[in-house]
Amino acid sequence: MKINQEIKRKIVQVVAFGYSNTYIGNFVSGQIYKGSWKKFCNPGMNCYSCPAARLACPIGAMQAVSGSMNFKLSFYVIGFVLALGVVFGRAICGFFCPFGLIQELIYKIPFPKKKLWKWLTYVKYVLLAVFVVIMPVTMVNELGMSSPAFCEYICPAGTLEGGIPLLSTHPELRATLGALFSVKACILIITLIGCLSVCRFFCKVMCPLGAIYGLLNKVSIYHMECNKKTCVSCGKCHNVCPMDVDPVKNPNSAECIRCGKCVASCPKESLALKFVYGKKG
Amino acid sequence: MSRNNNIAVQVLSICVAAVMIIYGVSRGETAIIFNKAVNICLECIGLG
Repeated sequence: MKINQEIKRKIVQVVAFGYSNTYIGNFVSGQIYKGSWKKFCNPGMNCYSCPAARLACPIGAMQAVSGSMNFKLSFYVIGFVLALGVVFGRAICGFFCPFGLIQELIYKIPFPKKKLWKWLTYVKYVLLAVFVVIMPVTMVNELGMSSPAFCEYICPAGTLEGGIPLLSTHPELRATLGALFSVKACILIITLIGCLSVCRFFCKVMCPLGAIYGLLNKVSIYHMECNKKTCVSCGKCHNVCPMDVDPVKNPNSAECIRCGKCVASCPKESLALKFVYGKKG
Repeated sequence: MSRNNNIAVQVLSICVAAVMIIYGVSRGETAIIFNKAVNICLECIGLG
């Protein structure tokens, strides 16, 4: 029963990954998908310059609209993220994010495992505010346009999923490599080493989309409830949590990705993930 | 936050989100996203 829940989640993750990255033949041809699905956003982080990507990255899309000549705010993307976040919260991260699955697979590689310093989890909010919101709106050129700052200076998902496959098939792009790529490659290496040692390092520290969904975890329809009357405070839920959350103290923590490992580990069945609120008390 | 307040926030947020999506689509944001997403994004891959 306990194993089944995790296998179900993995199946959903693999299906979501496959649906988001359908065009794997493009890795060989060096092209990217140009069909009409690219008008729609992916629920999770998945670079739209990945050759296999079917959908647009919501963080990239948000910055593309903010950096455009005519608009400074993307109502479409913010509305999309808000709707998903209010319904599912960070369950999107736990079930539908392609880069989340990649990180979980990397974490399975044998390597010394560490706990993350708590303060590092606040870095993603700074990255969201500075690189996704403020810089694309304020750092504009004479035409009123700006570049997607998070994608340009930070995003290791773009370097891994888009940069490396496209550079490997496009010699003309390789000829233009410069200092910026070196910076992004360093960030990617740090992220990958972080993911080897800390489960979902990118989600915990850097992901601006996870920051938005995390804030919405507090009010999302899909939520966690802890029955304090039956809880024996054994700590098993906290010990098993890959995001270092204590679900008894804070069942709707901004870090919880709703993976359900704590629910499965509870010997008293005190924890539950629900769409509908249970009885009070 | 009480349970009733939470439900009110959820309903209000979904309504706001729906209006935002409709407004964003109606003013042509999807075209900007589409144009960005169907071309290789040099910033995304680290070329600037």
